[in-house]
Amino acid sequence: MALTRKVRLTPRSEIGIMIEAESITPDTFAGKSESELCEITVWQGPRKVPLAEFFDLEVWDEVGPEEGDGTVEILIDGDVSRVKRIGQRMTKGKIVIMGSAGMHLGSEMAGGEILVRGNAGPWAGMNMRGGRIDVGGDVGDHAGSAYRGSWRGMSGGNILVHGNARSQLGGGMSGGEIVVEGSVENFCGIRQNGGLILVGKDAVRGVGAEMIGGSIAVLGKIHQFTPGFVASGTERDPVLGERKVEGVFAKFAGDYAIAKNPKGTILVKEGMV
Amino acid sequence: MPSMVIMNGHVFDPLNGIDGEVMDVFIKDGKVVKDLSSADLKRAEVIDARGKTVMPGGVDSHAHVAGAKVNAGRLMRPEDHIGSVRPRTDITHSGSGYTVPSVYKQGYDYSAMGYTTVFEAAMPPLEARHTHEEMRSTPMLDMGAYLVLGNNWFLMRYLHQGEIEKAAAYVAWMMKTHKAYGIKCVNPAGVENWGWGKNVHSLDEPNIHFEVTAREVIHGLAEVNEMLGMPISLHLHANNLGHPGNAEITKESLAVASDVSSSQKMGVEWTETKVDSHRAQSVYLAHAQFNAFGGTSWRDFKSGAEDLAKYVNKVDHVVIDNGAVPFGPATCMTGDGPSIHDLYVLAGIGGQKWSNTDVELECGSGVIPFTYLKGSPISAIQWAIGLEMLLLVDDPWKTIMTTDHPNGGVFTKYPQVIAWLMSRRARDATAAECHKWGYDRSSLGGVEREMSLFEIAILTRANAARTIGMAHRKGHLGAGADGDVAIYDIDPERFNPDDYEKIISAFGKAAYTIKDGQVVVRQGEVVAVPEVRRYYCEPKVDEGLAKDMMADVREWFKYYTIGFANYPVPDKYLRNPEPIVVNGAEGGC
Repeated sequence: MALTRKVRLTPRSEIGIMIEAESITPDTFAGKSESELCEITVWQGPRKVPLAEFFDLEVWDEVGPEEGDGTVEILIDGDVSRVKRIGQRMTKGKIVIMGSAGMHLGSEMAGGEILVRGNAGPWAGMNMRGGRIDVGGDVGDHAGSAYRGSWRGMSGGNILVHGNARSQLGGGMSGGEIVVEGSVENFCGIRQNGGLILVGKDAVRGVGAEMIGGSIAVLGKIHQFTPGFVASGTERDPVLGERKVEGVFAKFAGDYAIAKNPKGTILVKEGMV
Repeated sequence: MPSMVIMNGHVFDPLNGIDGEVMDVFIKDGKVVKDLSSADLKRAEVIDARGKTVMPGGVDSHAHVAGAKVNAGRLMRPEDHIGSVRPRTDITHSGSGYTVPSVYKQGYDYSAMGYTTVFEAAMPPLEARHTHEEMRSTPMLDMGAYLVLGNNWFLMRYLHQGEIEKAAAYVAWMMKTHKAYGIKCVNPAGVENWGWGKNVHSLDEPNIHFEVTAREVIHGLAEVNEMLGMPISLHLHANNLGHPGNAEITKESLAVASDVSSSQKMGVEWTETKVDSHRAQSVYLAHAQFNAFGGTSWRDFKSGAEDLAKYVNKVDHVVIDNGAVPFGPATCMTGDGPSIHDLYVLAGIGGQKWSNTDVELECGSGVIPFTYLKGSPISAIQWAIGLEMLLLVDDPWKTIMTTDHPNGGVFTKYPQVIAWLMSRRARDATAAECHKWGYDRSSLGGVEREMSLFEIAILTRANAARTIGMAHRKGHLGAGADGDVAIYDIDPERFNPDDYEKIISAFGKAAYTIKDGQVVVRQGEVVAVPEVRRYYCEPKVDEGLAKDMMADVREWFKYYTIGFANYPVPDKYLRNPEPIVVNGAEGGC
């Protein structure tokens, strides 16, 4: 038995200039009273603004079966697609978003959990080290990827996208797992050197470009296969991370365009290349 | 401007032979004075420096802080900026970047450490406008830039034909044209070959088309430099940089200039100092660490510093800066394009971003991100070499402390480098954390020397200023010197070198930085943004000679992509320009 602090944030009205809200994390909220929470600031352009200007706050404690006192659960009851950096660098607790989230959701996240009913903007889970992001809809570009210019991306944790992802999914990824139930666009797993990416439907092109480690499995069709990969046999019902995927898969090793002895693997359902 | 008294500090002023004496420093109208009248004293700002260390403002004689390659680094590395952000204040700009900070952040960060003067060590002539634009926007610091001339078509032709006087006339014209301060020579004869995918690997290998050798270029430029009487000697980035075993060619390269004697002929007023404030060297070796490699391959790679230091100890015409490796992220950037390609290949993983540029008739350039890891055997040895090069040279007046920012590491790591120089315990602690090759393949583990505050003052201001010909006003606290002072929270009476964390924090955040008699930093925070100057040289040469030389320049100017009229840097690119007249035609010191 433990006390969980619950905070409900309800957007007051439409947000004009996007706000930067790296302060909306269970870590920042922990141990704060309702009035202290109202004073937490976010940036809107050059202005530092208290959270209460954009959200109505409601705070209560709940007794739950989980362990660990003082866990914070943030419930965002509405659309926050114009709010960036929610859950950035969070290490524990939980954020539930009933609508869609803006850019950089859970970027550099190290632990805890984020659930989004709607979509998430670009850069969700950027440089993520641990924890879990679950997006009911689609994610934008660069989900689970390295920051622009960097070649060291997501190193741990899980991202589950029930819809589609766009380009550069898992770029520079070195650990952890990304599952996209829908399709992805270009350069999924670019410069990947570890971890697993599973794509439920199709990919456009550039899958695994410049990868030297880790695995990518695409269950649908890859429209334009990446040169620099060589066929390396087939696999039946492979186990990917913790899940078994049914079917016969063609296996490819690469990217030989970038390294002499690359350890990257692409699995594609036979007949789909 | 009001007067100032810095009272009761322990003053370290090597050019005036002052070693920690408790005394007062007086400043009036931005200049150090012997004392103040009682009327001035009444109005003077008083700074209590009791129990603190007082030094002249820091002088960095070798850093890469302005111009095209620095900006290429900034553009190439957004990831360098995300974690290193400085918010604006009422008087300062915001800024970002760790290894390649924005110009504003650079100025503030240097100033926070007590530095007041920084020289950009490699300005390609065609990129001079860009370099001056960035220097114009750099706050807090007096600056100047060395012109890259070691692979210049006009000079290679003159030097090969032995037309040394015309070469001097050309250099004089180039200094004025680009508002440059000194001669930088990068991988002489080799960078030109790189335009054809080749390099040179010895001093006597003629390069393609020009048939000139590195030996001819080094000797010729050193001679030209002293004929003109430039403030700084030739600044040399020797051949084979970054190759195992290059200590040998570095020694040979330095020996090339041994028959050239130094001769500064500057039209400036020299303030009186106890130690001669004229430079003694005819060649100033850049980033010795990168040029003091031993072994024959990366497998038997080891330090070659002992050998090179032995040579430097023996001769009187050489000053070196070390180009220390303090570990961590760096951005390697140099006019030595092929060395960047070598590093790209060495880094192993293909696809690493890098860039290379050919600068038309003049030089080249390359940029690559690089991280020095304590666990890497090569990095550990480079760390050791960087420190050996300063600790094994007996006379501190032959050495200057740098990181060759941002090549060996960032300038904000200077306090860490100082700690290693001052504290054997600090070195042992780091050696224990890094790959065992650090101590096993160098002599550093056997070095007992711990530098004093006096020696640190030589390596970080007095000798840096003297070597580059700025000691007529910088690097000391004698009457007439610029009122640039750094005060650090170190009590020499209670100083304990084993407490190296204290050294790092004290040199990282100056208690006060004073620029031209104005407090600009307090406890590491910028409190005022002063006016700053840009130095360059105006050498005078025989007019007839200059006319002949110009005919040659015009003949080949058609090979440039720009028109002749657009070549020079207009005055408006400089903020508070301070030309130094250099009297090449008259001779005599």
